[in-house]
Amino acid sequence: MGSKASLPETDTGQRAVVAFPSARRLRWRVRVREFFVRVFLFLCAIVGILTTAAIVLILLTESLGFFRGVSLREFLTGTRWAPLFEPPAFGVLPLVMGTLLTTAIALGVAAPMGLIVAVYLSEYASPRVRRVVKPMLEVLAGIPTVVYGYFALTFVTPFLQRFIPGLEGFNVLSAGLVMGLMILPTVASLSEDALYAVPNSLRYASLALGATHLQTTWGVVVPAAMSGISASFLLGLSRAVGETMIVVIAAGQQPNFTFNPLQAVQTMTAYIVQIAMGDVPHGTLEYRTIFAVGLLLFLITLALNLVSEAFRARYKEAQL
Amino acid sequence: MSLVISSPAHWRARERRREMLFLLIASTMVLFALTALTVLILKILLDGYARLNIGFLTSFSSRIPENAGVKVALVGSFYLMLLTAAIAVPVGVGAAIYLEEFAQRNWFIRLIDINITNLAGVPSIIYGMLGLQVFVRTLMMGNSLLAGACTMALLALPVIITAAREGLRAVPRSLREGSLALGATQWQTVRHAVLPVAMPTILTGVVLSLSRVVGETAPLLVLGAFVFLPRLPDSLFSPFTTLPVQIYDWISRPQVGFHQNAAAGIIVLLTLLLTMNALAIYLRNRLQVRW
Repeated sequence: MGSKASLPETDTGQRAVVAFPSARRLRWRVRVREFFVRVFLFLCAIVGILTTAAIVLILLTESLGFFRGVSLREFLTGTRWAPLFEPPAFGVLPLVMGTLLTTAIALGVAAPMGLIVAVYLSEYASPRVRRVVKPMLEVLAGIPTVVYGYFALTFVTPFLQRFIPGLEGFNVLSAGLVMGLMILPTVASLSEDALYAVPNSLRYASLALGATHLQTTWGVVVPAAMSGISASFLLGLSRAVGETMIVVIAAGQQPNFTFNPLQAVQTMTAYIVQIAMGDVPHGTLEYRTIFAVGLLLFLITLALNLVSEAFRARYKEAQL
Repeated sequence: MSLVISSPAHWRARERRREMLFLLIASTMVLFALTALTVLILKILLDGYARLNIGFLTSFSSRIPENAGVKVALVGSFYLMLLTAAIAVPVGVGAAIYLEEFAQRNWFIRLIDINITNLAGVPSIIYGMLGLQVFVRTLMMGNSLLAGACTMALLALPVIITAAREGLRAVPRSLREGSLALGATQWQTVRHAVLPVAMPTILTGVVLSLSRVVGETAPLLVLGAFVFLPRLPDSLFSPFTTLPVQIYDWISRPQVGFHQNAAAGIIVLLTLLLTMNALAIYLRNRLQVRW
């Protein structure tokens, strides 16, 4: 078949019919190609669905194997996590506690800072300040987490040890603080988007009633943007829960059921890394623990993301 | 105090003080973040610059910190990035084209939509476990470059799809209608009229998502990327290591010499990321068509 199918028919008549595909044939070929392209594109589009399905399937089947050996009750309420010891203990609470402590500190840093920075950028800062601060936040967001981990371990911990004598070499505090720095850009930029979306008519109305700039900001603009701001907090929280390298490097590898941020702990993510990198044989109950922990981690972040998305949908709706 | 009704002048002064206080707190916080960033970079430069030379870039791993280099890791990161792009870009852009140009709005497309948003929020370590079970075990790829790239491609996909969709959405309708009116089919329209215009935005998104892939560590640790490799990867099925994995390995050793190596490795990594981000900004500014 000729590839230059679009050439006009030659005047030699009958041979042209053989050399060039007829208009009908051409249309058919185009239609076939269109069909295959469509199928390929559709397959691309459902890769995401397949990924989610595979994640859920893997976590569920492997966890099911785990829960055949350990009761759900022991897993969720036990306060000792020692799957590799004799006798083993499979209470996940120490890992959950480790994650909870680090993320609480991270959010304690990032939520107020992120909100105030966002309010400042959106309501007060001059374009010049914005041009400096926003790229800086982007740089913070682009730094790999392994770098943050190095910073927490070799700078923040020794620095804090000068003021806090009881601080261990691996500890929750510096991991949490640095993690706060890591999620600060997420919180700040999403909050700023929410503040930016508040219509000016609200600001003018408040100012016209005699409120000051500050009163308008905190009394009108921030409450109006509250659903978007909450969404940013939740998304930051979910990032912190799923964060791995900072806690692996700086928070330690000891499952500790403690509220003390000066001690070492092990988070859910750090445990998964420890076992996956170790030499525990596959298919054993000990190995399956990482899938049970992974399932818990997945469910927690999924819930946070869904609620965050619901908040965001609300403020997008309010905008229109 | 409470018995005295404050005069307007008092009130104004108080409000002004509050405003000043807020501005003070806000600028302190901005400065704090700026300082933290500066300290972080200074600390790494100070720790690592002594170890940074050509030998560091061209040496293999070693048990002696002074002899160790990032050659294998650097090459591994580079290969992983290229291979990930080769997998994730066609699939990601294809998905975006389907969702923006072909699909009818119905419940299934909304499901795909919501799903992509949620995938973007799944912790990267979960992707590592997925890759471990699917690519390393079930498809028997082992701890290979290919398994790593497939995993990283899934991780990068939500970002690429979102960026590509934004790029496609910014292309004006008139362009599509013009092409369709001339008798082009839908795919011909996308291929010759829409994609070329959307390309700069898509490329920017691709480069940014790849810079995340280059900095990612946790999923590769779970997959079983090697931390000590004596030779360069030479096929899709070779074992591999990457810069962040090598850096993590050095950080986790107690000797100070290895910490210096880690800092030097971080300088190399950050330089690489900076270059990629500069490239993304260049693409955005240079190629973007304004309507």
